[in-house]
Amino acid sequence: MFEIREARWLAPNIRRVVLQAPRVALRHRPGNFVIVRVVEEGERIPLTVADADPDAGAITLVVQVVGATTDQLARLEPGQHVMDVVGPLGKATEIERFGHVVLVGGGCGTAVIYPQAKAFRAAGNEVSAVIGGRSKEHVILEDDLRAVCDAVHPCTDDGSYGYHGFVTQKLLELIEDGAVPVDAVITAGPVPMMKAVAELTRPKKIRTIASLNPIMVDGTGMCGGCRVMIGGEMMFACVDGPEFDAHQVDFEELSDRLTAYREQEKVAWDRLNQEHKDHECKLGLPESVR
Amino acid sequence: MSMKPAERMKIPRQPMPEQEAEVRAHNFQEVNSGLDVEAARLEANRCLRCKKPKCIDGCPVAVDIPGFVGAVADGDLGRAAEILYEGNCLPGITGRVCPQETQCEGVCIRTKKSTPVAVGYLGRFVADWARQHRRDGQALPTKTGKRVAIVGSGPAGLTCAGELARKGHGVTVFEALHKPGGVLSYGIPEFRLPKSIVKAEVEKLEAMGVEVVCDVVVGKTYTISELMQDEGFDAVFIANGAGLPIFQGIPGENLKGVYSANEYLTRVNLMGAFRFPENTTPVITVTQVVVVGGGNTAMDAVRTARRLGADPATLVYRRSRQEMPARAEEIKHAEEEGVVLDLLANPVEILSTDDGWVRGVRCIRMALGDPDESGRRRPVPIENSEYEIPCQVFVEAIGTRANPLLTQTTPDLEVNRWGYIDVDENNMTSVPGVFAGGDIVRGSATVILAMGDGKKTAAAIDEYLAGGG
Repeated sequence: MFEIREARWLAPNIRRVVLQAPRVALRHRPGNFVIVRVVEEGERIPLTVADADPDAGAITLVVQVVGATTDQLARLEPGQHVMDVVGPLGKATEIERFGHVVLVGGGCGTAVIYPQAKAFRAAGNEVSAVIGGRSKEHVILEDDLRAVCDAVHPCTDDGSYGYHGFVTQKLLELIEDGAVPVDAVITAGPVPMMKAVAELTRPKKIRTIASLNPIMVDGTGMCGGCRVMIGGEMMFACVDGPEFDAHQVDFEELSDRLTAYREQEKVAWDRLNQEHKDHECKLGLPESVR
Repeated sequence: MSMKPAERMKIPRQPMPEQEAEVRAHNFQEVNSGLDVEAARLEANRCLRCKKPKCIDGCPVAVDIPGFVGAVADGDLGRAAEILYEGNCLPGITGRVCPQETQCEGVCIRTKKSTPVAVGYLGRFVADWARQHRRDGQALPTKTGKRVAIVGSGPAGLTCAGELARKGHGVTVFEALHKPGGVLSYGIPEFRLPKSIVKAEVEKLEAMGVEVVCDVVVGKTYTISELMQDEGFDAVFIANGAGLPIFQGIPGENLKGVYSANEYLTRVNLMGAFRFPENTTPVITVTQVVVVGGGNTAMDAVRTARRLGADPATLVYRRSRQEMPARAEEIKHAEEEGVVLDLLANPVEILSTDDGWVRGVRCIRMALGDPDESGRRRPVPIENSEYEIPCQVFVEAIGTRANPLLTQTTPDLEVNRWGYIDVDENNMTSVPGVFAGGDIVRGSATVILAMGDGKKTAAAIDEYLAGGG
């Protein structure tokens, strides 16, 4: 059992959860992830580790509520526990000195780029972050990133905050009009966004790394459920990745494979919501009829 | 009262009571229900008490088979259990999953004229009796003060743990998944090996002082050198298992509805997807499933598909029945349950619907040519013999390759060209004090061979530690 130390909402559907997991905290490197199982009957899901504090023995997870399991996790408060946390898994980001590195994060992908930004900065790069959300309230970790980046460009689809437009538009501006040439792009977030980033940088021959988020079960290479095609070759994101050359990734296929359990995911989430509703209804009733 | 051999020869082999095929094809409860006391005693009396019994040599962990079988015949089940556990830490498991027909029973002298003694049934019977009549407060050996880390809680790791604990060594087993057992938990289905049995065997080891720590991926959470230098272990046994599933490399393998057998079985067994939505891990359940492969894993997958409602559940295998590596009992059970065997056939392409789901598999007919390196006749495709099998789920059970997770972070550890760990005659690796066994050394093998490695390595580790290691 792993205890939750802190929990708060970063955006309407994104929660920051700090967990006690000393071994993971000690060994975590940017790019690594963990597999979490919230309850006994629950799924194993891969989650981004946004930060690790080896001294406190704690890791920070940033969780977007997209289904039953993430919902269960997001409902937990400090002092409560999750059943299992295993990691750190996956290969760590290769931190090189590229020059000017632009990190592009969308939604909770912003949590993936935060530790990377820190590491790239420490390695002597100039680091810019382009982060996006539907509207102001969906832009996360801006202050954290400002502390470790040379420049942060928040973008909103509706123009309610920062740059009005998609992260890719802002990225294009940085590449074409920016005072400093872009030497490398690192991206994490929704598949269509990562695909658009890759398509944008491909003709410009800018090295681009994407952090992929396929469905996983064990996270140790044993099941092969997270297989992705990279330059026509089958790779397992959990042990060969999760980061790959974005220009080689078959994003179409990744996107399609992510929908494999859409129906079951809805069933499981509806069931959970019904349970919570029943529970709340009973709480509203006088004790005698509960 | 001793019986004459002729009398013993007359006793028929006792059949294993099992669930009706039509019933069990739709549930996940155990197929076999085990012999009762009467039948076990009759069966035990079929043993001819050979002067030079071959069965012990036929057993990879060298159980004193005539000894425990004799005790069953005498009605002394306590002694039978003692003898059995002396040679084998996990008899409740081996009695259920060992390929006895090629081991102890295969060399039984009775096979010359009749059927062998049902050693597997008797082993299972004694183990089940022992579990129900467990005596607490067994005397623990004197502690040696030495500590051994075991990587992986599958059959090799658990056996090694049990053997080392008996010698008084401190043992910690690290498991990557959230439940101990390795392939016994994620791979072998409930209907063949109930998880309660695995749990009980692990608890028995814990009662002997073995510590089992889940959620630790050695190579990631700890490196081998950290275990030895920082965590104070005197020796390490790597038994982290088979590893990554192999895909055939045919078109369509990334369609929705294509699984490796490892994923399909893990979802159902370890994650309990057959109880979805009570358990939130899903598995795609459809009417037609095709599994490719001929081993026990393929059998487990196709019988699981049948239980999840597939009709038909079809097994495609490129050679003929004689070459199938699966246990005879699994093939028999599968057929009884309505599994369709499509032999001498090989998938060449997985067919897609417009929206990326599996709609079928195109296969080609095979013929057997000359024997290959394995001694089995090589399957050769027959030209213009392609045909389609409609299915919505396609499962590949054609083997595994070495998992690089641990070897990547242990550069001193020498591996062969396939990535499996090199060991010497004592199962020691190129790193002093670090041993390895089971599938990470052998490639894909069986539960009992992994247990044999665990047992042999425990003896080697004990000797190594005695030498001051």
